[in-house]
Amino acid sequence: MTADVTGEPGDFAVATEGLTKRFHQQVAVNAVDLLVPRGAVYGFLGPNGSGKTTTIRMLLGLIRPTAGRHRLLGMTMPERAGDVLPLVGSLVEGPAFHPYLSARANLVRLDCVDRHADPRTTRVRIDGALDRVGLLAAADKKYRAYSLGMRQRLAIAGALLAPRELLVLDEPTNGLDPQGTREVRHLIGSLAEDGATVLVSSHLLSEVEQVCTHIGVMHVGRLLTQGPIEQVRAVGEARARVVTDRPQEAARVLRRLGLTEVALETGLATGTLGTLAPEKVVVALVQDGVPVSGFSVERPSLEDLFVSLTGEGFNVSG
Amino acid sequence: MSAADLTPGLRTGLSTGVPTSPVARPLRHISTRFLRSELALIFGRRRNQAGLGILALVPIMIAVTVKVSTPRAGRGPDFFTSITSNGLFVALAALSIELTLFLPLAVAVIAGDSVAGEANIGTLRYLLTVPVHRSRLLGVKFAAITIFSLVVTVWVSLVGAVAGLALFGGGQMTTLSGTEIGMGSAVLRVLMATIYLGLCFASLGAIGLFISTMTEQPIGATIAVVVINVMSFILDSIPQLSWMHEWLPTHWWMSFGDFLRSPVAWSDVTRGLLTSAGYMLVFWLAAWARFSDKDVSG
Ligand SMILES: Nc1ncnc2c1ncn2[C@@H]1O[C@H](COP(=O)(O)OP(=O)(O)OP(=O)(O)O)[C@@H](O)[C@H]1O
Ligand SMILES: [Mg+2]
Repeated sequence: MTADVTGEPGDFAVATEGLTKRFHQQVAVNAVDLLVPRGAVYGFLGPNGSGKTTTIRMLLGLIRPTAGRHRLLGMTMPERAGDVLPLVGSLVEGPAFHPYLSARANLVRLDCVDRHADPRTTRVRIDGALDRVGLLAAADKKYRAYSLGMRQRLAIAGALLAPRELLVLDEPTNGLDPQGTREVRHLIGSLAEDGATVLVSSHLLSEVEQVCTHIGVMHVGRLLTQGPIEQVRAVGEARARVVTDRPQEAARVLRRLGLTEVALETGLATGTLGTLAPEKVVVALVQDGVPVSGFSVERPSLEDLFVSLTGEGFNVSG
Repeated sequence: MSAADLTPGLRTGLSTGVPTSPVARPLRHISTRFLRSELALIFGRRRNQAGLGILALVPIMIAVTVKVSTPRAGRGPDFFTSITSNGLFVALAALSIELTLFLPLAVAVIAGDSVAGEANIGTLRYLLTVPVHRSRLLGVKFAAITIFSLVVTVWVSLVGAVAGLALFGGGQMTTLSGTEIGMGSAVLRVLMATIYLGLCFASLGAIGLFISTMTEQPIGATIAVVVINVMSFILDSIPQLSWMHEWLPTHWWMSFGDFLRSPVAWSDVTRGLLTSAGYMLVFWLAAWARFSDKDVSG
């Protein structure tokens, strides 16, 4: 149920078409049509090894797709990489810095290689980025002495050295304490408020759920679903839940009304609503004299949906 | 699901317009910041500073040893017997000792590290997404290797010259052809010989740059370069292989002494410079061919 695109390419911060990467025998990313609308916070979800990082590497031009093509901010990659990448901040598969340099020196290094960076503002921009991730006080510590969470924050600071239109963050909360995770979520929110589009990958739905406007779910190299978060959530069908001491009678009413997958438990009858309005069910139950002590409509949580899409197994596929 | 359906989750106003916050950042066409940053990384690193210290020990040892021992004629390389007559010869003696292994090893370490070192710690992917164009990366890396080659060679030569002049004094120099030249001219010739060798080592560095694009293990790349260097010296010493000698990367290195002839014997050093330039060109292009569309997944 991947969306078919009719919009202009410029409407999307990221648009891929049949993006595929094959490593020897294994197809790590399989014909992915990723669509990230401008201004969205897009949660790119999937279990370990599902191909998120590989997709992100292709997006940024680090690895060459086996097939397919893509645009970033409306510009074709990799041809326009020199024009578009200065507008893209990224975090790919964890932080990487020179261990024997201080955090600040590492950011200076990144700024030095950027032909678009103004050396007169280097210090201000670096301090700003470090401040934003809460590392200003530890800026002169050697990277080697940094903890996992501090390293992760520094990598985010590196992505924020310049104003960005698009941020591609691969597992930005990896290794962060709960407080740090919350801060990163706030950071993502504030970046989006400033007008940036954010593509954030995670294998934990709960970490990104609150900040995302859109989600896409990867599984064994395929993009199983994507779209605005409410729309993806709506895929899971609503079920009516009747608490009663006469479940058989309740079930009969539900069947008559056209509910499907009607099920019985002790003191409980449930059925999939479909397009039927829930209040109609209540009225029918009361008219038939079924003693209703509780009625509710439940949708599967996004987490349940995620698990049902990707399978519950702990083992990594492939 | 249509494109219109994709937008409801967005805040109003952003789905149509281009985000406004990032300001256009002008491209700086000429900038030496990357190269300077590269040199700062190389010369700021403790390991490399220690290496420079060790390389400086050789000329100091030579100067001290010659000073305390009674010279015996007819033994050792040419330059050694001349040291007592002019301290500048310490520089040349040190270069002749270090050119077989120590100086090539120093260049091999830097060249092996150039791309593989960044790939190994993962900083390569962050350089490329800044973005740094891949040819620019290779260009700057090679420029840094070349500058390093020249700097280490000049360093060894300089320490030798200072130690030699301190212990044996300067003045008129007797060239290898037996004629006398003034001190100014002598210094110039030693400098030319030093730069010549520095460029020769840089050609080995180009081979190292190429190997460095093929692996994520900087040590492996360094070892490969040292092996090539040693193999080249071995092949150069086998008379049956004389047909290939002039093509070996190290073959013309010893010709640096020709700058100390009177007049300078240009033919061999010219061949040496052309051979070095050839190796640089071929291996830089090979590195480019290898790296320009390589998957960076480290
Ligand atoms: N360079 C490579 N060579 C061979 N196989 C690779 C390479 N990189 C990734 N793969 C394979 O591709 C698949 C997808 O890997 P990828 O790193 O994209 O997963 P991921 O979704 O980012 O997982 P995680 O949540 O663990 O980060 C994995 O099976 C992995 O083994
Ligand atoms: Mg990953």
